[in-house]
Amino acid sequence: MARRIGRISPFNITALALGMAFLYLPIVILVIYSFNASRLVTVWGGWSLRWYHEFFNDRAMLDAAWMSLRVAAVSATIATLLGTLAAVGLVRGERFRGRTLFSGMLYAPLVMPEVISGLSLLLLFVALNAERGFWTVTIAHTTLTMCFVTVVVQSRLASLDRSLEEAAMDLGCDPVQAFVRVTLPLILPAIAAGWMLAFTLSLDDVVIASFTTGPGSATLPIRIYSEVRLGVKPEINAICTMVIALIAVLIVVASLASKLSGARGESAAPL
Amino acid sequence: MSTRRIFAHPARYAAIAPYLWMVLFFLVPFGFVLKISLSQTAIAQPPYVPVFDFSEGWTAIKAAFAQLSFDNFRLLISDSLYISSYLRSVVVAVTSTLILLLIGYPIAYGMARLPLRWQPIAMMLVIVPFWTSFLIRIYAWINILQHDGLLNKILLALHLVSSPVVWLSTDSAMYLGIVYSYLPFMILPLYATLSKMDTSLLEAASDLGSSPLQAFWLVTFPLSLPGVGAGALLCFIPIIGEFVIPDLLAGSGSMMIGQTLWLEFFTNKDWPVAAAAAVALLVLLVPPLLLYDRLQRRTLEGAK
Repeated sequence: MARRIGRISPFNITALALGMAFLYLPIVILVIYSFNASRLVTVWGGWSLRWYHEFFNDRAMLDAAWMSLRVAAVSATIATLLGTLAAVGLVRGERFRGRTLFSGMLYAPLVMPEVISGLSLLLLFVALNAERGFWTVTIAHTTLTMCFVTVVVQSRLASLDRSLEEAAMDLGCDPVQAFVRVTLPLILPAIAAGWMLAFTLSLDDVVIASFTTGPGSATLPIRIYSEVRLGVKPEINAICTMVIALIAVLIVVASLASKLSGARGESAAPL
Repeated sequence: MSTRRIFAHPARYAAIAPYLWMVLFFLVPFGFVLKISLSQTAIAQPPYVPVFDFSEGWTAIKAAFAQLSFDNFRLLISDSLYISSYLRSVVVAVTSTLILLLIGYPIAYGMARLPLRWQPIAMMLVIVPFWTSFLIRIYAWINILQHDGLLNKILLALHLVSSPVVWLSTDSAMYLGIVYSYLPFMILPLYATLSKMDTSLLEAASDLGSSPLQAFWLVTFPLSLPGVGAGALLCFIPIIGEFVIPDLLAGSGSMMIGQTLWLEFFTNKDWPVAAAAAVALLVLLVPPLLLYDRLQRRTLEGAK
C-alpha cells in the first residue's frame, strides 16, 4: 500500500502533459505557420518557404540580424572571459578588499529590471559622449551577461576538488600553470555553457539594446519588436523559427560537448 | 600549506579586470541615475542640467550639490499616474506569482515523482523554453490570440462562442504572457526541493493513517515551502519591472512602472523624471530582494 505513494499517478501525468503542452504548443504552432504559403497569417495556404525567401531579400532585417549576431558573439566572448576571471577571483581568491561589493555588483544585474540597467548605461554613454551603436550595445550586453557566466562557472568551480591543483603544484607547476593545465579543462563545460547562455541572452535582449543603440544600428529583436507592435507578419514567423533553430542547435552542441567531456549534470543547466 | 598561500594571490588578481568593468559599467552609471533623478529638467541635449563641471573645481561641486532637488520625486508622489502604475506593478506581480504557483506546483510535483531516469529529460524540457527567445515566445502567443487567430478559430468551430472574442490587449492576455514566460523560473526551484524530499516520510504518514491528500498537505507541502518561497520571489522580482509583455499584450489603459519609465524617457524625453521612476522602482525591489537573500542563506545553512 505504502509502496504506491509517490509513484506515477494519473494526476501527475496529466499535470506534466498539460504543462509541457502549454510550454511547447505556441512555439510549435509558430514554426508550422512560418511555412505557410498564404499572405494571411491565419489562413493555411499550403507549405512554402516563401517567407524565408522574403527575409533573405529584406535588407533592413538582414542588417539587423547580422548586427545581432556580431553583438552576441563579441559580447558573449568578452563576458565569458571576464565572468570566468570573476568566478576564479571569488572562489579561489578568498578574502580581498571590496569582495562584498564585488559579488554584490555581480548579483545585482541578475535581478535588476532591464529598464534600469539600460537607462543607467545610456546616461553613462551620454556623459562620456560616446557614439552609440555596435560598441555601446556590446558593452551593455557584456555587463549583463558576464554576471550569468560568473554564476555558472562559479558553481562548477566551487564543487571542484582543490587538491588536484595542489597536487599539480607539488609536482612543480606554478599556480598559473596548475590552473591552465588542471582546473581549466575541468571547468570548460561550464565555461562553454556560460558562453552559450551569454550568446542567447544577448540575441534575445530588446530593452537594454533599445536604450544603448544609436540610429541605424538596430538589432534583430528591436526590429522584430517594432514590427510586432504593428501586428503579425508572416515574415516574422520565419525569422523567429530561424532563431529558435539556431538556439536549438547550440543547446544540442553544448549538451553533446558536456557529455563528451564527461561532466555529469552540467548539461546546459543555466540556473 | 605554503602552496595555498602562493595560489591565493594570482586568483585575486583575476578579479581585477571584472571588478574594474563592473565599477565602470554598473556602479558609476548607477550613480548617474541617482544624480540625474535629483536634477532639474532642462530642454537640452541631453535633456537635464549637466552633472558636474570639473573644470571649475571645488566650488562647482559645491554648487552642484546645492542644486540637488527632490522636485522629481515630489512630482512622482503628487501625480496619480505614477502612483497608479506603481500600484499596478505590485498587483500584477502578486497576481501572476499566485497563478504561477498554482500552475507550477503540480508540474514540479509530477516531475519529482517521475522515475529517476526520466527526471533529467523532464528538467531539460522545462529549461529549453528558458533558452528560447523571450520575445519570440510572446510573439507566438500573439499569433494565437489575435482576432482571427487559432484560439478564436477553435472556439468558433466548437461553437463555444458565436463571434470572435477579443483576447489581445487585455489583462488576461498579459497574465497569460507573464505566466508563460516565467513558468520555468517557478518550476525549477520547486522541483529542486520536491525531488530532494525523503519519500519515506510519506510512507510514515500513510502508516500512521493519513490519506494521500492529508499526507500532501501535512508533510509534502510544508517541506516544500523553501522552494515555494524561492520560486515566488524569483518570479515576483523581475515581473515588477516588466516592460515588454505588458506593452505587447496588455491594453493601453493602465501601465506598469517599467512602462511609465520607458514612456517618460523615450516619448516625453523627461530624463530626470525617468531616472526618479527608476529609483522608485529599485526601492520597490529592496524588500523582496532582502527576503530572497535571507531565504537563500537559511537554505544553505539547512543544507550544512
